[in-house]
Amino acid sequence: MGNLKGDNSWVEVAKYDDLPVNSGKTVRFKDKELAVFRLTSGKILAIENRCPHKDGVLAEGIVSGEYVFCPLHDRKIDLTSGLVQLPDTGCVETFDVSVEDGKVYIALLEKSEIAAVK
Amino acid sequence: MSQKEKLVVIGNGMAGVNTVEHILKLAPNQFDITIFGSEPHPNYNRILLSYVLAGDSKVDDIVINSYEWYEEHGISLYTGETITEINTEGKTVTSDKGTSVSYDKLIISTGSDPFMLPLPGADKEGVIAYRTIQDCEYMMEAAKNYKKAVVIGGGLLGLEAARGFLNLGMKVDVVHICDAIMERQLDRTASKMLQDSLEEQGMNFLLSKQTEKILGKKRVTGLKFADGSKVDADLVVMAVGIRPNIQLAKDSGIEVNRGIVVNDYLETNVEDVFAVGECAEHRGIGYGLVAPLFEQGAVLAKKIADVDTAPYEGSVVYTKLKVSGVDVFSGGDFNDAKDTKAIKIEDEFSGIYKKVVVRDNKIVGAVLFGDTSDGNRLMQMIRNETDITGFEKSAILQEPGANAGGGSSVADMSDDEIICGCNGVSKGAICSAIKEQGLTSVEEVKNCTTASRSCGGCKPLVSDLLEYTLGDEFDKSAQKETMCECTDLEKDEIVVQIKEKGLSHVREVMSVLGWKNEEGCSKCRPAINYYLGMVHPEQYQDDSTSRFVNERMHANIQKDGTYSVVPRMYGGVTNPTDLKKIATVAEKYNVPKVKITGGQRIDLLGVKKEDLTNMWEELDMPSGYAYGKAVRTVKTCVGEEFCRFGTADSMGMGIQIEKRFERLNTPAKVKMAVSGCPRNCAESGIKDLGVVAIDGGWELYAGGNGGVKLRKGDLVATVKTEEEVIEYTEAYLQYYRETGVYGERTSEWVDRLGVQHIQDILLDEEKREELCARMDTALSVLKDPWKEAVESEKIQKDLYEVIEAK
Ligand SMILES: Cc1cc2nc3c(=O)[nH]c(=O)nc-3n(C[C@H](O)[C@H](O)[C@H](O)COP(=O)(O)OP(=O)(O)OC[C@H]3O[C@@H](n4cnc5c(N)ncnc54)[C@H](O)[C@@H]3O)c2cc1C
Ligand code: SF4
Ligand code: SF4
Repeated sequence: MGNLKGDNSWVEVAKYDDLPVNSGKTVRFKDKELAVFRLTSGKILAIENRCPHKDGVLAEGIVSGEYVFCPLHDRKIDLTSGLVQLPDTGCVETFDVSVEDGKVYIALLEKSEIAAVK
Repeated sequence: MSQKEKLVVIGNGMAGVNTVEHILKLAPNQFDITIFGSEPHPNYNRILLSYVLAGDSKVDDIVINSYEWYEEHGISLYTGETITEINTEGKTVTSDKGTSVSYDKLIISTGSDPFMLPLPGADKEGVIAYRTIQDCEYMMEAAKNYKKAVVIGGGLLGLEAARGFLNLGMKVDVVHICDAIMERQLDRTASKMLQDSLEEQGMNFLLSKQTEKILGKKRVTGLKFADGSKVDADLVVMAVGIRPNIQLAKDSGIEVNRGIVVNDYLETNVEDVFAVGECAEHRGIGYGLVAPLFEQGAVLAKKIADVDTAPYEGSVVYTKLKVSGVDVFSGGDFNDAKDTKAIKIEDEFSGIYKKVVVRDNKIVGAVLFGDTSDGNRLMQMIRNETDITGFEKSAILQEPGANAGGGSSVADMSDDEIICGCNGVSKGAICSAIKEQGLTSVEEVKNCTTASRSCGGCKPLVSDLLEYTLGDEFDKSAQKETMCECTDLEKDEIVVQIKEKGLSHVREVMSVLGWKNEEGCSKCRPAINYYLGMVHPEQYQDDSTSRFVNERMHANIQKDGTYSVVPRMYGGVTNPTDLKKIATVAEKYNVPKVKITGGQRIDLLGVKKEDLTNMWEELDMPSGYAYGKAVRTVKTCVGEEFCRFGTADSMGMGIQIEKRFERLNTPAKVKMAVSGCPRNCAESGIKDLGVVAIDGGWELYAGGNGGVKLRKGDLVATVKTEEEVIEYTEAYLQYYRETGVYGERTSEWVDRLGVQHIQDILLDEEKREELCARMDTALSVLKDPWKEAVESEKIQKDLYEVIEAK
């Protein structure tokens, strides 16, 4: 279990340098599947790996700035807010990311689970 | 604060809610609006049900206004409630659940019910109509358990239902009482052509059949006809017509005939009660299509919002069949009569038929089959009653081009006129969006207003509107096909700049050429990546982040996120060793489905991303490129080696071609075929390049396509030797690579450049040699991507790894 700033909700998922630039990576954690992106700006963002339209896997989409295009039907999704861009609608879950000591952590554990872990 | 007026709408369908949308725009805060709808859904686009049934859309995709929309506009919505009583004296309506609401103004928009033939057995399980989301869901569910559907009614709706069943994997018979399908929309010739092409799609027609009885115990098992014959059926859909929903109005003392009688302002005989849509009858006509209903809605909205309006004087209607693979258009009064003359074009080779009916020198109707691109323009001329005296008769059916606009001027249309029938977007709405939001392309108009989003049939009109609204500005910037919203440049300009400025990276292209969106989008990035590779085959470092998933992963993504793996099998020829290898790998990785493809390959479907590279390593076969904008397959017949008709070694020729051009990137996918004689068993006539052996030589056919838009290939060259086949193919493909727009299939490319032009290039020895030389260079650098992935740990990690976090 990753322990970041003494807060147990964070899970370590990868080394920062191992993530390819301007692409997505599939990350599974328990029954969740995430798409983690390292942008050209260097920023890391994480969203649920499932387009609200027809369940496209977003990790494989083309990344542009802070957006990803769903590989199935080209819905454009804002990686920061999770919002599908007009004229389409919908949204995907987003996750908080933190990078420390070259490691990428994602806030994956719900509060109750943390309690259980403790 | 003065009390708002109370507006109540009965029927949450297309006409009623469209009227409300208009009212909200005209008088945003004037009304307290309540809508009742029997169906348990928000307002949806009924006409797109056919796409849901055909599997191209989901129910969620066809919702027009979501529940939030009603909330945002303060509309009280009662779904799943049917109004059973209107008290026109006390001005109240009451629902089956006992809800009672009073109104100042009442709109009845109850639509219509499908007409169910009163046949013995019509109440059996499995006998249904096709009107609502429920019907559609019922049919899709039934398709899972049953095999054979019968549609009664060979009209628009029946045929769309039948196409849906084919997509759902059912066998389907269409029973029709007349001897010609869609006889009310098409003349004989077009009807026959339509029947032929639907039969090719797998529909079976039982014409001139009158159903007498529906057979079966509890559930339907078949139909019996008046002539004594019978047919099996697990599911029967009646699509024989509609009956306006007027009972409620009638019981409330509102004047009805076949529909609820309304005047030119959609008023019924009772004050403050209006009717709109399929339930209304105007000047003796009830409409069953959306475009007229939207026109009515626009007039009614103005009437209710107390805005000056011209009266509604009826509509000239047109229909378009929403079945992929066939283009049918019919509008106005298209039947020949004593006082009419017709202009006709009939081309049995390309399956095109066009007929324009003229009365008193005015076009009054048209039927188009195979090529419906003239449809919108002709409709305009019909509506405007354009006088065609002095028009070159043959030009009426040509593309507008130079010909004095052909009367197509969108300027003459009123603002209320519907441009996009599918989504009910009017000229006014499009023009104001163009002005207010500074739109400059059809794409932007689509994103902003949804016009042309569904079937796309109205794109030419939208483009005309852009030109009309923006005037000269439009000519300068947007008339050209810009690559995407990120730039105003078009393909040719970008390629010239890449060459002139020596640009060598996708990012460089975007920044030097002033992209509006720094990192581009999913349209331009793959295109730029392709053009760079085409211009500098030797130097260019492919940018995998600018490739679509399939080309980046070198496997086809499936809808559930798994992939399919298709190994190369030159010319569709294999051997026991390879088959064993494939079988072993398929077993080892539990491949859920193994399928022979249309291109004579073996497709392993349902492979997990993390298994891909291991499978490739064990297969040890080259990638079949079944995923790319690239040379895909060369399909072959057995040819002279085994076939008694063969005049040449088609398998050998196909293998040679495939070995030569495998892995080559092209603007869009390229499928090829080689047949050993003109019997054409490898289907060379519908390939991007089709090769056919003839006595003493080979014929090359270009631009064929067997997909959505069927196109027969054009003969571009006849050559003597196998070497020449390769040489001409090199020149042909290289010319396509250099001049094709990214995403443009050869079928579109050949149409755009003209067959003659392509022939001229191929026959010009000097040009041919230059093209072949450039092709040599392009081919010299290609490597097998599966092997590369297997040999590179970095590629495996970057692209195929899945992290299991703990
Ligand atoms: C499968 C299909 C494909 C079609 N394709 C096309 C096409 O390609 N082009 C085209 O132009 N047209 C097409 N049509 C026709 C088009 O959909 C109709 O003309 C249009 O929907 C009619 O609109 P409306 O509002 O009058 O009726 P509807 O959309 O039917 O709306 C009426 C609504 O009122 C409700 N209602 C009825 N009575 C009551 C009551 N007493 N209380 C409360 N609610 C009530 C009904 O349940 C219904 O939801 C198609 C129709 C179908 C079924
Ligand atoms: S979307 Fe159509 S007019 Fe718009 S393009 Fe469609 S039938 Fe039409
Ligand atoms: S195309 Fe001709 S040679 Fe090839 S299999 Fe058919 S009949 Fe035989």
